[in-house]
Amino acid sequence: MVKGIGASPGIVVGKVLVKKEEEIKIAKKTIDSSETEVSNLKSAIEKSRTQIQALYDIALVKMGEEEAKIFEAHQMVLDDPEVFGQVENKINNEKINAEYAIEQVVAPFIKMFDMMEDEYLKERAADLKDVAGRVTKNLLGIDMVDFSNLDSKVVIVANDLTPSDTAAMDKEMVLGFVTEIGGRTSHSAIMARTLEIPAVVGTGNVLSQVVTGDMIAFNGDEGVIFVNPNEEKIAEFNAERVKYDAFRTRLSTLVGKESVSKDGVHVELAANIGTPEDLDSVLRNDAQGVGLYRSEFLYMDRESLPTEEEQFEAYRKVVAGLEGKPVVIRTLDIGGDKKLDYLPLPEEMNPFLGYRAIRLCLDRDDIFRTQLRALLRASAFGNLKVMFPMISSVEELRDAKTIVEEERVKLREEGIAFDEKMEIGIMVEIPATAIIADLLAKEVDFFSIGTNDLIQYTTAVDRMNEKIAHLYNPCHPALLRLVNMVIQAGHKEGIWVGMCGEVAGDPRLIPVLLGMGLDEFSMSPISVLNARWIIAQLSQEEMKIVAETAMNLPTASEVEAYLANTIQLED
Amino acid sequence: MKEANVILINATGLHARPASMFVKEASSYACDVTVEKDGTEYNAKSIMGILSMGAMKGDEIIVRANGEGEEAAVKALAALIETGFGE
Repeated sequence: MVKGIGASPGIVVGKVLVKKEEEIKIAKKTIDSSETEVSNLKSAIEKSRTQIQALYDIALVKMGEEEAKIFEAHQMVLDDPEVFGQVENKINNEKINAEYAIEQVVAPFIKMFDMMEDEYLKERAADLKDVAGRVTKNLLGIDMVDFSNLDSKVVIVANDLTPSDTAAMDKEMVLGFVTEIGGRTSHSAIMARTLEIPAVVGTGNVLSQVVTGDMIAFNGDEGVIFVNPNEEKIAEFNAERVKYDAFRTRLSTLVGKESVSKDGVHVELAANIGTPEDLDSVLRNDAQGVGLYRSEFLYMDRESLPTEEEQFEAYRKVVAGLEGKPVVIRTLDIGGDKKLDYLPLPEEMNPFLGYRAIRLCLDRDDIFRTQLRALLRASAFGNLKVMFPMISSVEELRDAKTIVEEERVKLREEGIAFDEKMEIGIMVEIPATAIIADLLAKEVDFFSIGTNDLIQYTTAVDRMNEKIAHLYNPCHPALLRLVNMVIQAGHKEGIWVGMCGEVAGDPRLIPVLLGMGLDEFSMSPISVLNARWIIAQLSQEEMKIVAETAMNLPTASEVEAYLANTIQLED
Repeated sequence: MKEANVILINATGLHARPASMFVKEASSYACDVTVEKDGTEYNAKSIMGILSMGAMKGDEIIVRANGEGEEAAVKALAALIETGFGE
């Protein structure tokens, strides 16, 4: 058993095809005729050009223009005078072999880009490696692994896969893949999800344990891999696979359908996202909007605050991409366990009770105003709503709204367009906020309940602390009561109430939330269709009684047992 | 030889999409085209060269062309930068 990172869901059982990373040994050789060597180089470049063009065509059809662009970038590298132009010069001037010249020219670029913090430039280093490797192999007549032309169904195991590898994969023949390096957001993982090929990445050393032809089985959600599993394990995986495939097929029939209960109550099933790149999976899983866009990711992994323009671009992309569907963007939620290198915060005894989120933004209104301007400007491009995190009092809400109003006035004076009716709401994640929800509801357009923090603050349990993790339970009657209070308080003032914590996508609690009258459920994109399936089987009238009963049970375990016995869902 | 001093006004500078737009435009001219930043010259037809230059918003650069069509090349490339690459 090998543990990796689940990168793309699905159950896989099949025969291994190892992609060998043959270390090409390149030695310096003196050549007789630089003319012949240059002509060899040129034909290798032309051969590469044809291959890259073919990959572009495949990618365009299978994955669309955005994903195919990477091969346009490869063509540009091929035409780059400072890369292959220099290689040619080196061959002529130093009378050396072409492959050695390539290595000499390319290595400094790769080293330089690899050292940079910038993700975009790191990817260009990967492009350069990919292209240089391709030309070198064409020069030496080494066959390249071609996943577009497999004659039997396989599970690919590799140290890493290049964009050229993944683009060529045929979903019919590639059952899944496993890579030794990479994380959930590495290129190969993203491609696996786009292509809907189950995958596990970041397994560490696994190539020493498998050879082509071995059996392998894995679950792309869990990231656990079994090499040469016994008959029993294979049967187990096969049964799971059949079940899983039927499940996904059934869910795919729900794409384009409404989210409506058995008794005709419509709810909104939205998605939680971190970056504009998640847009694709939001649309693929047919979410009806974005219920939580965590803007803090824009601020992470960089050396300075993002500019208004950069933020505007990111927000606009998501808002425009959803074509009028609602997008709730949470303003900067930093502090607590989320830190920024370029914004040093003082060490605190209790960071979760400290200087974070809206507290920081109201103190550093320069940061806050830049973000609000970007948000307001992006609001002109679709249905954007702004949400403040960690509001604990009416005063904070009023202060934040005053700043929004001041920025609106400035934009109007500058003649810059924005949505005058943009909704403003708050996260409800602090018990104090839930308790005064009736007062807050008079001053906002919506609530979104953040259950992760609400449970933590309500029960005084740090969920990272293993010793007390068992006390962190969303079925705690206190949480159910608070959630219900917030929903009813919101409805009394005529505003909509959503939820964007883990609980919103929890199949056990969806019935209770439906019964309480929750309007919007926001969850990981992958959970949306399953939630639609569950809701279609439930009647809100019946769930009202279930919610009422659950809230009045004394313990979380009794709530769990009651729900398990009462709610019978087809699975 | 023709040259023009320009300041990058777009948010991303000569990076990502603007960088490839710039290189594609420069490559469409027969003349030699270079970009100078802080005293170092880079080949404007090389995507790797332009990216390694690391020119950001607010940086001043010199676009220089020498040969056939030099005037048109400098004019077009300066315009691309001055209009912020349509961002």
